[in-house]
Amino acid sequence: MIKAILIFSNQGKPWLSKFYQPYSEDTQQQIIGETFHLVSKRDENVCNFLEGGLLIGRSDNKLIYRHYATLYFVFYVDSSESELGIFDLIQVFVETLDKCFENVCELDLIFHVDKVHNILVEMVMGGMVLETNMNEIVTQIDTQNKLEKSEYLIPHFDNHDRE
Amino acid sequence: MPAPIRLRELIRTIRTARTQAEEREMIQKECAAIRSSFREEDNTYRCRNVAKLLYMHMLGYPAHFGQLECLKLIASQKFTDKRIGYLGAMLLLDERQDVHLLMTNCIKNDLNHSTQFVQGLALCTLGCMGSSEMCRDLAGEVEKLLKTSNSYLRKKAALCAVHVIRKVPELMEMFLPATKNLLNEKNHGVLHTSVVLLTEMCERSPDMLAHFRKNEKLVPQLVRILKNLIMSGYSPEHDVSGISDPFLQVRILRLLRILGRNDDDSSEAMNDILAQVATNTETSKNVGNAILYETVLTIMDIKSESGLRVLAINILGRFLLNNDKNIRYVALTSLLKTVQTDHNAVQRHRSTIVDCLKDLDVSIKRRAMELSFALVNGNNIRGMMKELLYFLDSCEPEFKADCASGIFLAAEKYAPSKRWHIDTIMRVLTTAGSYVRDDAVPNLIQLITNSVEMHAYTVQRLYKAILGDYSQQPLVQVAAWCIGEYGDLLVSGQCEEEEPIQVTEDEVLDILESVLISNMSTSVTRGYALTAIMKLSTRFTCTVNRIKKVVSIYGSSIDVELQQRAVEYNALFKKYDHMRSALLERMPVMEKVTTNGPTEIVQTNGETEPAPLETKPPPSGPQPTSQANDLLDLLGGNDITPVIPTAPTSKPASAGGELLDLLGDINLTGAPATAPTPAPVPQISQPSFLLDGLSSQPLFNDIASGIPSITAYSKNGLKIEFTFERSNTNPSVTVITIQASNSTELDMTDFVFQAAVPKTFQLQLLSPSSSIVPAFNTGTITQVIKVLNPQKQQLRMRIKLTYNHKGSAMQDLAEVNNFPPQSWQ
Repeated sequence: MIKAILIFSNQGKPWLSKFYQPYSEDTQQQIIGETFHLVSKRDENVCNFLEGGLLIGRSDNKLIYRHYATLYFVFYVDSSESELGIFDLIQVFVETLDKCFENVCELDLIFHVDKVHNILVEMVMGGMVLETNMNEIVTQIDTQNKLEKSEYLIPHFDNHDRE
Repeated sequence: MPAPIRLRELIRTIRTARTQAEEREMIQKECAAIRSSFREEDNTYRCRNVAKLLYMHMLGYPAHFGQLECLKLIASQKFTDKRIGYLGAMLLLDERQDVHLLMTNCIKNDLNHSTQFVQGLALCTLGCMGSSEMCRDLAGEVEKLLKTSNSYLRKKAALCAVHVIRKVPELMEMFLPATKNLLNEKNHGVLHTSVVLLTEMCERSPDMLAHFRKNEKLVPQLVRILKNLIMSGYSPEHDVSGISDPFLQVRILRLLRILGRNDDDSSEAMNDILAQVATNTETSKNVGNAILYETVLTIMDIKSESGLRVLAINILGRFLLNNDKNIRYVALTSLLKTVQTDHNAVQRHRSTIVDCLKDLDVSIKRRAMELSFALVNGNNIRGMMKELLYFLDSCEPEFKADCASGIFLAAEKYAPSKRWHIDTIMRVLTTAGSYVRDDAVPNLIQLITNSVEMHAYTVQRLYKAILGDYSQQPLVQVAAWCIGEYGDLLVSGQCEEEEPIQVTEDEVLDILESVLISNMSTSVTRGYALTAIMKLSTRFTCTVNRIKKVVSIYGSSIDVELQQRAVEYNALFKKYDHMRSALLERMPVMEKVTTNGPTEIVQTNGETEPAPLETKPPPSGPQPTSQANDLLDLLGGNDITPVIPTAPTSKPASAGGELLDLLGDINLTGAPATAPTPAPVPQISQPSFLLDGLSSQPLFNDIASGIPSITAYSKNGLKIEFTFERSNTNPSVTVITIQASNSTELDMTDFVFQAAVPKTFQLQLLSPSSSIVPAFNTGTITQVIKVLNPQKQQLRMRIKLTYNHKGSAMQDLAEVNNFPPQSWQ
């Protein structure tokens, strides 16, 4: 089971945080901080798996991360998930983002957090991997976005910034 | 009121903030605006506001006032609102808030909505944060959706079902019928989530597991799917780096693992496919390796044939040589899991593993270290130890403690010679001395004591080690103890193993005194040093005065522990000088402390606490620190008797437990009796009685004088008398000693005495002294009977006697009713 998914910048600012287990808000922030601390120390050519930090349940949980340019993508998983599998999943996630945003960059993620959440929701549900087929996901997202757009072609609602 | 700003604007504004305080200010302003907007119940902009709130929540600011708004959004008819509302619910709400139950109805309605995306949203939210109450209410809907033909919904329903099962395990049965057709789907998404659902059910309930194995024939289905995946050639939609749907393959392999575990039939059914996957998968990319990894884990876990296992371990060996750190990491982890079962196969890769010790990556080093310890055996101990010692030198501090303990354990088990063992220990102590665990010191001391022929060598090396540097506490402690014990060997220069060094008594005392004075020494170390100095007073000849001086100085030390010791040693010099040599003599060889068996009374100086000897001294002696194996803790204040109990190691014929009670009773130094005794305890402060008491007969505080004996049977010249004893500590036990005597003129042979008691009693008959009752009362047969009478009922007994007399076999039954009340009350 995936316990948490985090995306943060090289300076530790969170751009996306999704927890699949109930933690209080303070704990969530602490976890983000601790994760950044663990991950930023790592060299470029060491392995991408770490034991989890204190707050998220030490040796049961692993931290699998990938560093893309200025962003860290971190998945916290427990022992029921395959490390190499999750490693690939991160890659699939990033490629999906790429397809949805067209050459995604950090700014896209910053300004469209809600969209990123929507994509993530199609991939991971309740801590378990739902769909890994990129095209499938992109199709679903497109359809849902169209549905949204159709709702505010009605003049009264054109103030919304749902694009 | 002006329209609330858009999310993008907010983000832009926040990013311009240069300090944390500025950011906080902006956010607070915006929060206030959002709050007033919520108060106005504005439907139009609600979703915009909630989106902003979620963003602020992610940055770490409180957002709980938005929870109800999320609920309102969910209840709205528009998809846009619902989307944000459900997202907000997933991020802000969880089962700890009471508000979440209000969602249940909305979710129920949305699960039956006409738009599949709305249904999907509802399923998603339920699957993310549904509490047990919600799950119970909505499980029926989920189950319905599990059977739908819409694959988008079906896969979501499957995962939602997993969540429901996790929250409310009793509902698992409900989903069973729906799972029948799940694996017939073509859609990979559904397949994937179905496998997850099946995995969850099998893991949770062994009944389900058995059911799936037998009735559903799950294994053949899975094998079929896997085969199709591998054979099917290129299919662009599921392709990841040239392999078709590796995620599904990995999932299926995992489920196969669960199904095949401990089950021969299933394991056999999947042997072929596992071999196929293992050999055909391409390993150039990470995906291939991920599949291979999963295959290896599965092979090791099920009852696979040995050829397959060897294949698996070889794959792991190949992984170890891979350049990619991740692969090496997983290889080491899996080897660690398999080293117990397939030890020999893993041994082949030992050199690669040892090389990994030199890797730069911390995670890999740790795993390599654990694996190396698991691989050490009698054959490779020397080579491995060299590598491990080198590793100990160069590794990070967080490893040193574990590594040192591991080395000690390995050395203990497989040391080829005592000298090598001691050398290794010395090496560890000198390189990583401060990281050695506390419990290692007593173990080492015991080891050194037991290797008698190495004493001179050991003490010499230890002396040389601390001569330069006495900052590493465990090293100094061991060294101090050894010097105290074997100082005479040191100054006499008797070492055979290496060049003996010339040391004078003064030099030895110098070093011990500097340890005492040094700021780096802990209180424990100082205690060791002081005791060592004291012990040397009997081993050294010309420096006794110096020792006396040192000891008296510390009589006024601020450290209470040191002061107490010094005062007592002083007393030893002054008043009990005649006993000093006896008390301070060489330690006997210690037996290894076993943690069980209260009947094993270890012959030591009291550093171990076997249960029966709890009430032993010290009455007022120095409290022994847990590490100090000090003989001198037996120094009582006034008690002169050297109370090293040469306790009987022979067990009495009766159950050892009673010896236990016994020694608990007898207070060996006259300290106040701890066990409440009903009868007056006989005086046991005289040593002579003490030693008597420790004989090997079962001894009871004899109040037998109080209980009259009876004649249980008297007929045909055979008389049987019963005498009684009661135990003090166990009042429901009565011990009856029978004596059979024969007043006729011929012996009675083959005499067998049998007894039976009512059900509430328990009887134990010990062996008789003989089976011949000699004639003319010239002798008796004695036999002991123990009766357990927990309910304190009146003793009754039926006895049966068989014997040969005057050439014929005699047999008789009798009942004994005349037990005196004191024997059973």
